[in-house]
Amino acid sequence: MKITLKVWRQKNDKDKGSLVTYQLDDISEDMSFLEMFDVLNNQLERKGEAPIAFDHDCREGICGACSMYINGKPHGPKQTTTCQLHMRSFKDGDTIVVEPWRAKAFPVIKDLVVDRSAFDRVISSGGYVSVNTGGIPDANEIPIPKKIADEAFDAATCIGCGACVAACKNASAMLFVSAKVSQLALLPQGKVEGKTRVENMVAQMDEEGFGACTNTGACSAECPKGISLENIARLNREYFGAKAKSDNQ
Amino acid sequence: MKLDSKIPEGPIAEKWSKHKFNIKLVNPANKRKYDIIVVGTGLAGASAAASFGELGYNVKAFCFQDSPRRAHSIAAQGGINAAKNYQNDGDSVFRLFYDTVKGGDYRSREANVYRLSEVSVDIIDQCVAQGVPFAREYGGLLANRSFGGAQVSRTFYARGQTGQQLLLGAYSALSRQVANGKVKMYAREEMLDLVMVDGKARGIVTRNLVTGKIESHSAHAVVLATGGYGNVFYLSTNAMGSNATAAWRAHKKGAYFANPCFTQIHPTCIPVSGDHQSKLTLMSESLRNDGRVWVPKEVSDAEKIRKGELKPTDLPEEKRDYYLERRYPAFGNLVPRDVASRNAKNMCDEGKGVSKSGLAVYLDFADAIKRDGRSAIEGKYGNLFDMYQQITGENPYETPMMIYPAVHYTMGGLWVDYNLMTTVDGLYSLGESNFSDHGANRLGASALMQGLADGYFVIPYTIGDYLAKMPYDKVSTDHEAFKQAEADVKSKIEKLLSIKGEKTVDDFHKALGHIMWEYCGMSRNEEGLKKAKGEIQKLREEFWQNVNVIGSNDELNISLEKANRVADFLELGELMVDDALYRSESCGGHFREESQTEEGEAKRKDDEFSFVSAWEYNGPEAPATLHKEDLVFENVKLTQRSYK
Amino acid sequence: MSWFTNAISSSLGRKLLMALTGLFLIVFLVVHLIGNFQLLHHDGGEAFNIYAKFMTSNPLIKTTSYLLYATFIIHIVWGIGLVMSNKKARPVGYNVTKGSTNSTWSSRNMGLLGTIIFIFLVIHLKNFWYEMHWGGIPTVAYAGESYNDLYTVTATAFSEWWIVAIYTVSMIALMFHLYHGFSSAFQTLGLNHPKYNPLIKGVGYGFAIIVPALFAVIPIIMFYQSI
Repeated sequence: MKITLKVWRQKNDKDKGSLVTYQLDDISEDMSFLEMFDVLNNQLERKGEAPIAFDHDCREGICGACSMYINGKPHGPKQTTTCQLHMRSFKDGDTIVVEPWRAKAFPVIKDLVVDRSAFDRVISSGGYVSVNTGGIPDANEIPIPKKIADEAFDAATCIGCGACVAACKNASAMLFVSAKVSQLALLPQGKVEGKTRVENMVAQMDEEGFGACTNTGACSAECPKGISLENIARLNREYFGAKAKSDNQ
Repeated sequence: MKLDSKIPEGPIAEKWSKHKFNIKLVNPANKRKYDIIVVGTGLAGASAAASFGELGYNVKAFCFQDSPRRAHSIAAQGGINAAKNYQNDGDSVFRLFYDTVKGGDYRSREANVYRLSEVSVDIIDQCVAQGVPFAREYGGLLANRSFGGAQVSRTFYARGQTGQQLLLGAYSALSRQVANGKVKMYAREEMLDLVMVDGKARGIVTRNLVTGKIESHSAHAVVLATGGYGNVFYLSTNAMGSNATAAWRAHKKGAYFANPCFTQIHPTCIPVSGDHQSKLTLMSESLRNDGRVWVPKEVSDAEKIRKGELKPTDLPEEKRDYYLERRYPAFGNLVPRDVASRNAKNMCDEGKGVSKSGLAVYLDFADAIKRDGRSAIEGKYGNLFDMYQQITGENPYETPMMIYPAVHYTMGGLWVDYNLMTTVDGLYSLGESNFSDHGANRLGASALMQGLADGYFVIPYTIGDYLAKMPYDKVSTDHEAFKQAEADVKSKIEKLLSIKGEKTVDDFHKALGHIMWEYCGMSRNEEGLKKAKGEIQKLREEFWQNVNVIGSNDELNISLEKANRVADFLELGELMVDDALYRSESCGGHFREESQTEEGEAKRKDDEFSFVSAWEYNGPEAPATLHKEDLVFENVKLTQRSYK
Repeated sequence: MSWFTNAISSSLGRKLLMALTGLFLIVFLVVHLIGNFQLLHHDGGEAFNIYAKFMTSNPLIKTTSYLLYATFIIHIVWGIGLVMSNKKARPVGYNVTKGSTNSTWSSRNMGLLGTIIFIFLVIHLKNFWYEMHWGGIPTVAYAGESYNDLYTVTATAFSEWWIVAIYTVSMIALMFHLYHGFSSAFQTLGLNHPKYNPLIKGVGYGFAIIVPALFAVIPIIMFYQSI
């Protein structure tokens, strides 16, 4: 396959950056999208040019590191992670534009690499059950209905890649936050701190500079794990319920 | 130095309890006076860092990924073993212990494995309390499955994403301590050296992967939970960033490296599609429950298939060789991982491989679909079939799947004693990065168990024993030892950047991987290993003269990151070969062609090789010294495996 | 800040206000539409004028109307604020976007649609509401009681093709605005359940099409009656 790539190149966080065009002539359709980038980087290195920096790690669709905005969509044309996107999804002669995630809360570090530590800070603000190691009652002490456990699991499959933020026209992190809030709100273990958790996580999310949700549904449509909008509705319920009932004055 | 494994006295079932009582404790008020560095935030690292923080220690945690949540533990699929006996099917701590020692082909330390089995039950409680959504029965209790040929159902799972859910649990506990200010998290920061002061590990030197800044961090103890070294092979199921640099540089500072040649090769991976391939994807081995493995009987048919002139579905039954069923009528397609892997390699070596590259065998579901119906197969393996189709573009319901073995896990690692301390005082190693629990072969669903056992339930106790004897005084990062380590790291980086040769880092990595896979992979022999040693040395020499590392240190520099790691792989690879050469027996994942039974199966030599090999680094020129920790089996009877 | 102001100034709270005010305006649309049907009575405007007087003099309705004004203002001001702050969440945009593959056009353009409706609202209020309250409207007497002849004002306005055109275009904008807004409000209130979602969506789409269509049909009918 012959592919024309237009890739965002930006030296560092201060550089202005621009799209740079590359021609690739010998691309196999069995390559993953990232392997195509490996090939390109190898060619650049051979010419003594700086390879394109991009985040990636597990390359099996679970670590959530890869993050390319491909032809106007996070992770490209398929609802999967960039590492699981293969060149057979494109046609010979295609031009592909690759940009980094764009959000105030995700500043570009270099080329296609962005800083997603905002997500870590949101989790730190309450995305956990406050139990210390050890001294825990037997795991089967609390039966959990299978349906609830499955629903919590569906929310827990979030890989924290940030495609929801990248897809949302408001760069809102609502799907990410709601997935964690939902997982823990559904389970009896998480209910204990439910109110403070949702209040704190939403406050942190706002502080990070993510936009508000306008229910376009783009996040869920682009989520590689198909996290449902129901979670955002649950986040809303949890939040207003908490605000109305919690002890915070 | 004589290896002292510090195994407590007494009957095996009482060792850990007694030890916990005997070791020293740090007063709660004094814990805040100690600093601990944890490198790596996978299951072992995140759980250890969180537990230290809860206890009151000051923790600095490091990971090279952009977030601790992305450590490669996340990719584990199958599940986590625990001797809960919820299924009332005869499981017990002793049985899990017994199975693990036997599965490891009697090359692991009994006392450590028993402790692992003992604390396994606490892990499940801990994870459930954190909100890990394990699979459940309709009655609301936890579900279990049998895994990897185990006789009991002791595996807890969360669909095919158990590693992810457990890691997110540990990450949440870690995040809580970050919020509490007890853990300071350093993401995108890679450890490049260990700093020793007065013979003790007192800190590390890191490179900030965004700015390139070389930084020193001081502490009272250093814990490495940096994972395995499977990426020595270039192609493996490890993440792209998984590396051995932290462990290797600790090794060079005095930590012995144990059993480096013990690597696990997983039989059911998606085959390599071309030279561009960067990583291999594992398919759950449960597929072998229903799939039948075969290659064409005739090389000429295999050739036609490779050229695309013949479709596998058009090859008549009598021209197919269901070689596992033929050779192992009792176990058939369900022979252990290493046996299945080796046989696949042999078939391909004979020219019967079926993919374009000739490195694949078929895993055929046609009979299962005919027998049980497509929907039944879809119900069991739907997600795996989808994944296969996404990656290969072929529909496994219609044409047989192609599989090939791939490097998956490394049982070897830094040598540790019963307290998980390496041969360097104050330096600990947890999880896959140590050698301790899996012997020569790891059982399915045991890696997650070990990572969390080490992090949640072992190291929080044993580190106290060491710290209680340490003065509170902190070592300043202005100390000469730190300055020296920083200077060494900087000069190595400068060297790498100054070579400006003609080959890329990946070229060298691929070449190394090729040597390792060819000679130190599924099947090893003296001649090949000797050849490999020479080739690795040559390659390493060439690397330091002809590699081209682009850019500078003061930026996010992916070439430099890789170069640092590959430089270490080039040294570690040679040690693996040395170890494989010395161990002229076959055991577990290590198959020496010289040591096989008449039927061509692996043959252990217990009288000669019932030991852990622990290698001491002696500088770049001198060969490493081998130290042996003799393995004593008091509770498990040694038997030779047979699957005929 | 009290918990309440804290809650409504958060990203979720602002959305909640949009949803609540939006739903109130949806109810208002129904009431308004029922009133508009009085224009089609073929009684020279009697029913409509009586209705109009009732609406401007009944104390309960008058009180409600203040709530309505407030609702409009909140919905508009908050909406503008939301659009602006959401814009800030992505200071550097993409070169290429394909929003159409993951969301509806109306959901992405609520701000634009709202602006069109706002412009319409200004014209609309000037034409009728202002005239009714402070303009020099001719009066007419039914059964000895005097009424403002709003019907004639309306009929005159709707005999102009361009006013009818503005109304029709605006109602199309309203259609799209409601197409997203109706079910979106329920989502924001946390009402999302697989069992009821089809109902909410169905009613929402039906409402979004039928109500603005009926609003638009009245001026068109009156225009044809005038020629």
